Amino acid sequence: MSDDEAPSPSRRKLFKSLSLVPIAAVAIAGCARETDKPAGADRHAGDYHPAFFNAAEWAFIVAACERLIPPDDVGPSASQAGVPEFIDRHMQTPYASGDIWYMQGPFIEAAPQFGYQGRLPVRDILRVGIKGIDAHCAKQFAKTFAQLGTGDQESVLKSAEAGKLPLENISAKEFFSQLLNETRMGYFCDPKHGGNKHMAAWKMIGYPGMRADYANWVGVRDRPYPLAPVDLAGKRG
Amino acid sequence: MAIVKPKVDAVIVGLGWTGAIMAKELTDAGLTVVALERGPDRDTQPDFAYPRVVDELEGSIHRKFLQSLAKETITARHGIKDTAVPYRQMGSFKPGTGVGGAGTHWSGCHFRALREDFNLRSNLRQRYGAKFIPENMSIADFPLSYEDLEPHFDHFEHVCGTSGKAGVLNGVKIPGGNPFEGSRSREFPLPPNRDYLGAELFYKAARERGYNPYPIPASNASAPYVNPYGCQMGPCNFCGFCSDYGCLNYSKASPNVSILPVLRLRKAFELRAHAQVLKVNLDGASSRATGVTYLDAEGKETEQPADLVLLCAFSLFNVHLMLLSGIGKPYDPVAGSGSVGRNYSYQNLNRVTLFFDEKVQANGFIGIGGGGATFDDLNGNQLDNAKAGFIGGGVIWARQPGSGPIRGITTAPGVPNWGSAWKQGVKDAFRHSFYYEVQGACMSYRSNYLDLDPTYRDAFGRPLLRMTFDWDANEIRASQFLVGKALDLCKVLNPRALSGDAKKSGEHYNITRYQSTHTCGGAIMGADPKTSALNRYLQSWDVPNVFAPGANAFPQNNGYNPTGMVGALTYWAAKAIREQYLKSPGALVHA
Repeated sequence: MSDDEAPSPSRRKLFKSLSLVPIAAVAIAGCARETDKPAGADRHAGDYHPAFFNAAEWAFIVAACERLIPPDDVGPSASQAGVPEFIDRHMQTPYASGDIWYMQGPFIEAAPQFGYQGRLPVRDILRVGIKGIDAHCAKQFAKTFAQLGTGDQESVLKSAEAGKLPLENISAKEFFSQLLNETRMGYFCDPKHGGNKHMAAWKMIGYPGMRADYANWVGVRDRPYPLAPVDLAGKRG
Repeated sequence: MAIVKPKVDAVIVGLGWTGAIMAKELTDAGLTVVALERGPDRDTQPDFAYPRVVDELEGSIHRKFLQSLAKETITARHGIKDTAVPYRQMGSFKPGTGVGGAGTHWSGCHFRALREDFNLRSNLRQRYGAKFIPENMSIADFPLSYEDLEPHFDHFEHVCGTSGKAGVLNGVKIPGGNPFEGSRSREFPLPPNRDYLGAELFYKAARERGYNPYPIPASNASAPYVNPYGCQMGPCNFCGFCSDYGCLNYSKASPNVSILPVLRLRKAFELRAHAQVLKVNLDGASSRATGVTYLDAEGKETEQPADLVLLCAFSLFNVHLMLLSGIGKPYDPVAGSGSVGRNYSYQNLNRVTLFFDEKVQANGFIGIGGGGATFDDLNGNQLDNAKAGFIGGGVIWARQPGSGPIRGITTAPGVPNWGSAWKQGVKDAFRHSFYYEVQGACMSYRSNYLDLDPTYRDAFGRPLLRMTFDWDANEIRASQFLVGKALDLCKVLNPRALSGDAKKSGEHYNITRYQSTHTCGGAIMGADPKTSALNRYLQSWDVPNVFAPGANAFPQNNGYNPTGMVGALTYWAAKAIREQYLKSPGALVHA
């Protein structure tokens, strides 16, 4: 089935009934346009030059993300999907500097049911955590995390996840949880944010992306949803 | 020195559902009204326009449409002897901001409370005797009846273009709706929405277990609609971006779509966005409000004098403003005295997820916020509380507001959090799983309450609101009972795997996990000024030219979403203002 067959009739019907020209124009233009590739959409992780992370931090991010989402037959790996690029770019957003978090003290310890109570925003949680893990690896293996074999990398990450790595200045569990969140976001975000290159992660799980119109598929039970994803720029995957 | 604006008849703090309803009703009555909204002005175009609005990272991670906790938040603790810490990252509940408030990013579930929800305490006493209600449980009757509110439930549904099916119409049971509901004077304005797979299977499983399923009343339009104000809605296209997002399609009822198009044209109405109200000003005797003080968009302190002050902020922040302004006496849980902050309650939400093989096209990305199916066989008087072992019922429902991979993919039990097995797990689950939820009532208790935090301050230098809340054994038993029933229901459908999250005995409230934005109570309505902050018209007992509509008025929370009740109560209060208060300003109820 071609992209133009399924969603368009319902959209047309819909907008006819609404007679709301501005949103209709935006929606159709957004959906049908195939030009305007997002900048960097075709680059590989290796071509990206980080602006937030330094070389050591970047080496950690690339290696750790690749363990969290490894290469296999199921779908793209983190680096194939551009996850490190996403994280580097995401760390430069107001969100990562604590823009929507309450950041005032005093900072006191509390039960885990109350969430992270430290004074670091996401970007610093990652930075401080990376430094801590690399320090741990230097002590235990005389190598950085990125220099370890994949098996050792996995055990380090598992210890962090379980909160069994005593790191300086940060809970390993909190660091791991933020790293995993960022990795998943980079894997599944709209490509405009730098990750999910070629919408490959969406294709892996069968997510149609930003189509946002399923009026004609609500009642279909006997066959899989047939259309490939579209992204925010209107590109088809 | 503060800028002083010309006096108006009424000033409204917060322009969500309650603020928009009040502004409409009071300008209808000929009053001049200024609405002060702390966030930006927002409308479908340009703020919720496709495609930008459906960016999951911006909507569900950066929380573009929600309140920034950096400016205002709360502190939380489990018990009255603990030290509260700030709600630093958004989790358990998600207040909105900006014009439309939480009414823009809600899902659309639009219930009426059951008749017996209104007189909960006296009904329980009658059914099981006075000793059945534990001593620490501070539940109370609403000071009005279902019949009092019926015309207002009905009107609000017609403003919202609610899609559903009546179960009891003018006293007569009719098939297809909820047979246990209070009688309706009119059918829903629109028929129910179509069912996605999870809802379709819910009907099958519920009927097989002997329940009476019905379509969730949804303020997500099933067809083109023009409301009584002339505002237009278009049919929902199941876009999958309801909760957390403004509607791109004029399909989900919101203040922006359903009321503001009329208000914005009125000369007697003025909206000031980016206006952060700091406090309500009282006269020397603290018996009358003279207006409010706010920071304008540039941060200049500004005074807005008014004859009437309507607190229309999110429930928690209505209570906050009352405490900061000295309206009513703060509640003291040890002495049992005071009224403001009393009876904070929440919602007992639990989820079960059903996983199927790849032949089952569940397509969770197809979403409609309020659509789906539920039943009331374990709610209200249908539930034998003595037999079940807890007070307060709940509903089990199929809902599918729309899933996306950034919002999270629930994987089958045993799937790890990362690695190749996780990749396989999310691939298996994404298109082939759906969930049902238990939405349980939450009772109020003497030790669950709101007051001002002694330590932490907001960005404007004011003490934060402090929430003292934990799960009582009653709600944990309810969770276990209702999740048990939900899991039993799921077995009819024979999923390949099933997961559920009933609360464990002794489990504490976890503020990091999203559960529900249905924070209730704190400034409750009641018949006695000693134990309630507001009278039956949502008027402050202490400062009679202040009204505070919102879920803050609920003495406890039932098993339904609050918006239908909040809207109806606001129309009820507006009617009392128009027909009684304006003729003779002063207390509408003499205790």
